[in-house]
Amino acid sequence: MTFWPLIKILPVKTNFRFVAFSKLAGALSIILTIGSLALVLIPFKGPCGGLNCGIDFRGGTVLEFTTAPPAAPGATAAPSGGKTIPLDVVRKSLEGKTQGEVQVQAYGDGSSAMVRFETREGENANAVKSGVRAALTEAIPGIRFTNDATVGAKVSGELFTSGITALLVAIGLMLVYIWFRFELQFGLGAVVALFHDVILTFGLIAVTKMEFSLTTIAAILTIIGYSMNDTVVVFDRLRENLRKYKTMPLREVIDLSINETLSRTIITGLTAILALTGLAVFGGDALFGFSVIMMFGIALGTYSSIYVAAPVILLWGVKRGQAAEDATPITFGAASRP
Amino acid sequence: MLTLSRWKVTAVALAVLFGILFTLPNLLPQGVRDSLPPFLPRKTLNLGLDLQGGSYLMLEVDTPALIKERSESLVEEVQKQLADEDIASVNPAVGDGSASVKVADPGKFDEALRLLSRRLPQPVRSGRGMDLTVEQAGEGRIRVAYTQSGRDELAASAVEQSLEIIRKRIDELGTKEPSITRQGLNRIVVQVPGESDPERLKAVIGKTAKLTFQMVDQSRSYGEALAGVLPPGAEILPYEEGANANEPGVVVRRRVEISGENLADARMSNDPQTGAPVVSIRFDGRGAKRFGEITTRNVNKPFAIVLDGKVLSAPNINEPILGGSAVISGGFTAESANNLAIMLRNGALPAPLKVEEQRTVGAELGADAVEAGKTSTIVGFVSILVFMVLAYGLLFGGISVIALVINCLMIIAAMSFTQATLTLPGIAGLILTLAVAVDANVLIYERMRDEVRAGRPLLSAMEAGFSRAMETIIDANLTTLIAAAIMFFFGAGPVRGFAWTLSIGVFTSVLTAVLVTQVLLAFWYRTARPKTLPIA
Repeated sequence: MTFWPLIKILPVKTNFRFVAFSKLAGALSIILTIGSLALVLIPFKGPCGGLNCGIDFRGGTVLEFTTAPPAAPGATAAPSGGKTIPLDVVRKSLEGKTQGEVQVQAYGDGSSAMVRFETREGENANAVKSGVRAALTEAIPGIRFTNDATVGAKVSGELFTSGITALLVAIGLMLVYIWFRFELQFGLGAVVALFHDVILTFGLIAVTKMEFSLTTIAAILTIIGYSMNDTVVVFDRLRENLRKYKTMPLREVIDLSINETLSRTIITGLTAILALTGLAVFGGDALFGFSVIMMFGIALGTYSSIYVAAPVILLWGVKRGQAAEDATPITFGAASRP
Repeated sequence: MLTLSRWKVTAVALAVLFGILFTLPNLLPQGVRDSLPPFLPRKTLNLGLDLQGGSYLMLEVDTPALIKERSESLVEEVQKQLADEDIASVNPAVGDGSASVKVADPGKFDEALRLLSRRLPQPVRSGRGMDLTVEQAGEGRIRVAYTQSGRDELAASAVEQSLEIIRKRIDELGTKEPSITRQGLNRIVVQVPGESDPERLKAVIGKTAKLTFQMVDQSRSYGEALAGVLPPGAEILPYEEGANANEPGVVVRRRVEISGENLADARMSNDPQTGAPVVSIRFDGRGAKRFGEITTRNVNKPFAIVLDGKVLSAPNINEPILGGSAVISGGFTAESANNLAIMLRNGALPAPLKVEEQRTVGAELGADAVEAGKTSTIVGFVSILVFMVLAYGLLFGGISVIALVINCLMIIAAMSFTQATLTLPGIAGLILTLAVAVDANVLIYERMRDEVRAGRPLLSAMEAGFSRAMETIIDANLTTLIAAAIMFFFGAGPVRGFAWTLSIGVFTSVLTAVLVTQVLLAFWYRTARPKTLPIA
């Protein structure tokens, strides 16, 4: 037995009985989905519920500042070596400057920090920001402002609506596409799997308190794309095998199809995770969250193709050739209620 | 399928050529790029503001304010039209997008209605109906109102004018390559790479800069007027912050004697006596004549210089000013005087602009992000390459590596060519695209292994592998394309950049994974005449 190419290590033919575990997996998925939904929705407060809502969707201002000296031109390292910013001083200097909620957070080696505050209705976001800037400059000598962003209430509302619409339209179109290319049951299976992936990803975002922003929506849409990609590959083989083995019980056809595509699933999944690991490790703060969400989503997408999409088809059953159904009335009926 | 047909080889060669040609400018230093002969491409990747630093402002034209202002001038227009035909009108009223007057003589009502219906409404440019409706509203009253298409046209033309004026004002700041575009019905997006101080931008676009000269009403003092005794045709206007320490406002006549539209030039200069920064203005021919008349008629009376409803100063007219030049003082700093001069020179905005969204990325952080993006892309890319060789061996792994490199070249080339914006999430999209591109290769290889295992001879197994995997590949990539299209239509800013990267990636992946892999495998089969599949 040779170890290279690695593909030769993978058994030529696997006979895992995936469907046998689908009850257990199904229960686990349902619990996780409900848990995630609870985390995301509670408290029932707009717009983002339990998520750590960024200013993209909530409106408000983010100011980032540092005490580090400006980097020399051409230097590539993140600014560092400044004095540590005393966060309590920051908080104190902001008292009374804005009516909204204020969040203060340090990052890097402590010489950089950010403040985030909402703009209440009737407040002039610009005036508030200038006030905060002035107060900070006075309270902490020698700070420089690096990044800032302000999103008005109107725009944030629109961004939120269009973000959520994008997710729903994406899932809807996937249903139509799969329905068109395969059958309605396949489409339903795929969509249940998509909802599963999206809700669990939202759960992760809620648990880790990662910021929920426009970029997060992009990451989730990509996960939808990948998860569909994965599901389609399994379905494609399933459809082919359903035609090929007209009398084989549905659950066995599903097992066979998943086994046949297993080596591809592993290799593609590993490649994607490997590439994203590079991104998470070397991509800096900005890309870290994004890559972690995508890695999680890819793992989920792989799992859901096997344990959500396929079992849903099993529950619903599929229309096979009339002859095939006549030939296997009992097994087929049993298979559709595992 | 596994034939080395001429068109396939040509297509692959062209793809590689395109990839190299349009990726090359990104690797050359600026100097070399400028000296390239004109037929060679020289566009580089268009980095988003999050990668190169800069400012992003989204402004919204304040349509309600615009409509309100137009309604006020509409009532004046109605009264003027009627007065021209000797029809007296009383009780003018201004509503939201409408104006109404009462015709004093009931016998002339029908004539007035006919007159206004004939003269005021104009067809809108979009061709659907008129901009105004004229109708009877109650006993003897005529109401003139903007239609929906009339309002839309007002807003649309205000946005167009604002775009032009903003462009002129920002150009005077001397920033490099500002991009000023319209978004939706009434929004304007201003992006200025390299500008890390958005306040500098806002200082010249945040004001409408509507300049008017109005006479001061001396019949009542500010205090009396505030107590409620406002003379007819007068209004109280506040002083600009810091312009007058003694009184918070001044009583002025509503009538605008002369406005900023008649300015020929405005420059920052210094007061010869105090040295304080002031704005020197020069009127055009008509304005100079008018200004001469007013100052001649009103010697020893004060007049107010009003900017956006706030009084800058209210100097006394000591003698007639006939030269058409004047000086505006009002507690300016050198910078604010210069900004005001820029705004006055380039005309007033038709309506106020509200800043709805503002983002700034410091240039330093942008540079960090580019560096991190580069490193992580290279690490991600190399790990995919290494993994493929490990998984499928030197030959089949190598073939997919070549396909992947060509794919990567084509993506960069296509992004440079279309000048699509590469954002930080876009880099992540790029990496994921490459990983998914590998999927096409994996699908083909796995299919071939299946077919060999099923007992087919090598050539037919390879052919079947291709044709059967093709269907799956198309299905799988179309779904990604759907997701990308949705991001493009619903997303904003960084998400759009990401969607574009993803879509380009889908096309190049299918092209390279299928075509390049096919040509390379066909070439291998021809030259090596193998009997077994190395990966089976």
